Amino acid sequence: MVTIAPAAPVQAGAAAPGNTGRQSRIKRNLSGYAFLIGAIACFALFMWYPMIRGFVMSFQRTRRGETTWVGWDNYIRILDDPSFWIAWKNTFYFTGLALVVGFVVPFFVALLLNEFRHAKGYLRVLVYLPVMLPPASALYLFKYYAYDPSEAGLFNAVLKSLNLPTSEWMQSPAMTIPAMVLASTWMNMGGAVLIYLASLQNIPGELYEAAELDGAGLWKRIWHVTIPQTRLILALLAMMQIVATMQLFVEPLILANGAGTQDSATSVAYLIYQHGFFQNDLNGAAALGVIMLGVLAVFSGFYLRLTTRNES
Amino acid sequence: MTRTLISSTQLKRSRVRYWTLLAVVVTVFTLVFIGPLYWMVTGALKSAQEVAQTPPTLFPRDPDLSNYTAAWEQLNLAKLLFNTFYYAAGAVVFQLIFDTAAAYALSKLRPAFGNVVLGAMLATLMIPAMVLIVPQYQTVISLPVIDVSLLDSPFAIWLPMVANAFNIFLLKRFFDSIPEELMQAAFVDGASPLRTLWSIILPMSRPILGVVSIFAVTAVWKDFLWPLLVMPHPETRTVSVGIYTFAGGIPQNVVIAASVIAALPTVIIFLIFQRNIMSGLTSGSLKG
Repeated sequence: MVTIAPAAPVQAGAAAPGNTGRQSRIKRNLSGYAFLIGAIACFALFMWYPMIRGFVMSFQRTRRGETTWVGWDNYIRILDDPSFWIAWKNTFYFTGLALVVGFVVPFFVALLLNEFRHAKGYLRVLVYLPVMLPPASALYLFKYYAYDPSEAGLFNAVLKSLNLPTSEWMQSPAMTIPAMVLASTWMNMGGAVLIYLASLQNIPGELYEAAELDGAGLWKRIWHVTIPQTRLILALLAMMQIVATMQLFVEPLILANGAGTQDSATSVAYLIYQHGFFQNDLNGAAALGVIMLGVLAVFSGFYLRLTTRNES
Repeated sequence: MTRTLISSTQLKRSRVRYWTLLAVVVTVFTLVFIGPLYWMVTGALKSAQEVAQTPPTLFPRDPDLSNYTAAWEQLNLAKLLFNTFYYAAGAVVFQLIFDTAAAYALSKLRPAFGNVVLGAMLATLMIPAMVLIVPQYQTVISLPVIDVSLLDSPFAIWLPMVANAFNIFLLKRFFDSIPEELMQAAFVDGASPLRTLWSIILPMSRPILGVVSIFAVTAVWKDFLWPLLVMPHPETRTVSVGIYTFAGGIPQNVVIAASVIAALPTVIIFLIFQRNIMSGLTSGSLKG
């Protein structure tokens, strides 16, 4: 019989049974965690611990340095505040409208760009350019130039030259949210367009060919090939967008100076900011955060069930 | 070129329609996406009277840089820009060191419970940032156990940037694609894990490290609420926060001029690295 002796020294460190094996395993774990320690410490300090602390804080009250358990008091106080309901109404309105506009528009833009054989790179750069602007810069542009309520404003000048009625924009409570959706879509749609474009390029061309042979027109091909083929990424991006838009904050802060005309811009995130950093009510802000997380969790659970049921 | 919604033969047949549509789309997109930027840059070259005039002028009557110089001096933009650069550069260094090390450990060294750690990191992607803002701020003003305040310290920006699950995931997936045999060969030669990372893994990972660095710079540059909270002192502010805190008391055109200057660095970075940025964005989100 041939012995396997020559192979043994090479494997000794890695695979030999018994004592040495356990030692090398311990060594590997030690060096593994030595590499992980920095990231773990930062996650613990700035993610995991604050998650727990926020939850705990929402059931406490700190007065003059003394912290006591108060049960649901913070939640009751928050729910009693009329601006809580206004903020949710505004946030839902913004999220819904941003979903309709910021979800459908990028999809069709991507569909269109994908058909072009020329200037594709240029158009892609254009769409993504606003994403690179600091939001504060872009929002001052909208606030001072585009949404100027006089006829010297960019949008009003365009509307007037087309003989359309002009608007008061941020000064009209009815226009506040649509104007914020417009600004936010302009600033953020580039990312969604690029992701759609990449997923459109993964659709096998034979599917379109087969559909065409079956006599399917343009819309039928979109409906029966494009949408089913990109469904997963569509669902994922819709979810990500809802989570992002529910945190609406910079737009009201800069465009509407916070609350806006007749509270038309107050968002839940803005309320958290107000309670936490101006009303000296960190516990109320923590409770608002837990409520927001709860709403998003219920929403994602519902959404997940909806999309997985369609799958089967 | 793979087949898309409309076949190439069909496009060739309706060539006029294709070129008209392309021309319309290029014009409309240029107006929609460059138009406002043009308005911003030239608007800041106009006088206050000219901006308030109806109908607005397409070209500034006599372009004047005084709004830009006023913004530069009154807002102390040099200091604000330096601060933001400093925070961004530090964020890149911290992320590259700690996130790369973590991704390497999770991908190649695979210690016990590595998957649990990865799961706990990825779970933070589901938590909206606004929910954590208050307890995170509490942590910064008094770190647990040692009771040190990080307010106005650059670490208040650098350390939270390390806790970025998306980057760790991106790096880990890249490292996963590096063949295991290379690692084994290095270990057999007696190389330590650190040495393997440094001389085998990192040189192969230049593209992904570039993507992560660009993301870190733009994230710091675009961030608003966090630096507003943790950098309250005028000397430590970032450029976005500086413009916001000054905006109430200075003329609109000066605010716009400052906004243009604040946007320039990221726009230039984007125009130089657009290919890397776009490929990083789509690879990170698609092939999970």
